[in-house]
Amino acid sequence: MSNNYVNDFPILQQTMNGKRLVYLDNGATTQKPLSVINAVQEYYAAFNANPHRGAYELSVKATQIYEDAREKVRKFLGAEKASEIIFTKNATESLNLLAYSYGMTFISPGDEIVISIAEHHSNIVPWQQVAKAKGATLQYLYVNEAGILTDEEIEKKISSKTKIVAVTQVSNVLGIVNPIEKIVHKAHSVGAVVIVDGAQSVPHFSVDVRALDVDFLVFSGHKMLAPMGVGVLYGKEHLLDKMPPFLSGGDMIEYVWEQDTSFAPLPAKFEAGTQNVGGVLGLSAAIDYIEKVGFPNIEQIEEKLIHYAIPKLQQLSFITLYGCDDLSKKTGVISFNVNDIHPHDVSSILDADGVAIRAGHHCAHPLMRYLGVNATCRASFYFYNTREDVDALINALGRVRGVLGYGS
Amino acid sequence: MDLSEIYTEIIAEHNKSKRNKKQMENPTVILKGRNPSCGDEIELALKVEKNIIQDASFTGVGCAISQASTSMMIDLIRGQTIEKAQLLIDTFLGMIKREITEEDQLEILDEAVALQNISNMPARVKCAVLSWHTLESAITAEEGNISKSS
Repeated sequence: MSNNYVNDFPILQQTMNGKRLVYLDNGATTQKPLSVINAVQEYYAAFNANPHRGAYELSVKATQIYEDAREKVRKFLGAEKASEIIFTKNATESLNLLAYSYGMTFISPGDEIVISIAEHHSNIVPWQQVAKAKGATLQYLYVNEAGILTDEEIEKKISSKTKIVAVTQVSNVLGIVNPIEKIVHKAHSVGAVVIVDGAQSVPHFSVDVRALDVDFLVFSGHKMLAPMGVGVLYGKEHLLDKMPPFLSGGDMIEYVWEQDTSFAPLPAKFEAGTQNVGGVLGLSAAIDYIEKVGFPNIEQIEEKLIHYAIPKLQQLSFITLYGCDDLSKKTGVISFNVNDIHPHDVSSILDADGVAIRAGHHCAHPLMRYLGVNATCRASFYFYNTREDVDALINALGRVRGVLGYGS
Repeated sequence: MDLSEIYTEIIAEHNKSKRNKKQMENPTVILKGRNPSCGDEIELALKVEKNIIQDASFTGVGCAISQASTSMMIDLIRGQTIEKAQLLIDTFLGMIKREITEEDQLEILDEAVALQNISNMPARVKCAVLSWHTLESAITAEEGNISKSS
């Protein structure tokens, strides 16, 4: 099951500690194909100018590139209008924009904000701030022992008091896909808006915001082959329209008087200051590349990888796996621990074999506590990973306990 | 990277040993040390009487490097004066920062010299120094107590 995609990624051609680099930290950030690197380079070599501002040809070109990318993201997400696509720095900034603009404006004392225990800190901390500032309550949807959000939990926690439901589509620790349709259905039945953190889903399978009927969705470019520093906020137009600006300054204005300002219409209202046009062009090139590979293909590769990797990990007597009971609900993310060995030691020892995994709490402290662990090891796959990568992981894991003086 | 330079036998032994990892009865100072970026937490307990660290122990969770470093530190400071402990801290941190490389200067660190190679592993430096920074804060806290009570 080796594939040729790896040849498109220059960074994967190098060795690490004298070994072939096996990159299994795609949940943190993905590597970039040459087409994306070239697109960014071409932007700075041929098109760099401040968009929307210059009355000269180069600025017009930069503007065109920027707005073409917005249209590409619109199609990619199935949004109705390009003005519903806001470019941000990353998913975290998108969630902060929602917390500070939507949350601080529309949440009142006694209201409830519902999130899940499996959220990344980016989708917890901003809501804690809103809840504290507005006298609202943060309610948690808890997952069951298998890491799954059940219908009963959704029915129980989302109530007439709920005004915002903010959930991740895929857990960055367990890789489990949440039942967004059910959450949206329930939330809308009580008049709440639904915010979906798509950081771990949008890169891995097709996400259609209109089919899901989500009110807002966020994701980061760097987790889907694009450069760091570019992210997206999708929002339904009627909701974005009634929200106040988040950051203020240049280009998000219509008229500025000495004491007052009228704001530009969407999407400029939420895009203050000079934007990351090179990054946006990189995101556009990343979407092209992903569409060339195709989501059915990406899903199939990742599914095959976990179906290959998990039984192999289960055969290792010294490994504990988390959230691997139902592989039908799982993306290419595997969280595990090596008995008696701290994840950081595991990571350092695997690194010596060129295998890069994540070790730690994955910015998900509440989930770690809920699972009763301090930290885990995480191997997260993308479509350029192969069975050979899994084999390298398994082989390297075989050495870990020995290095620290334990018999296997 | 040669793992045997980092995960030496002595580090593996200290990591597994429970000699210094236990609750202490009636400590005079307890201080938590945290590495927020990785979630490691240790709690260092000292019994300081008449300027001497009569006993020390720790509890908590962390990787082999942090656990071994803490255990070795406790072996070194037990029975020592506060001033000697401060010298050990300065020497250890100096070794990790590669500011102190002279063998005779590092001699006082005894087994803890085994952690010298951590300086080649920037990603793990914070694991090695966690307990030493915690000890420094504990000593400062203890000195505060002394000056308050005197």
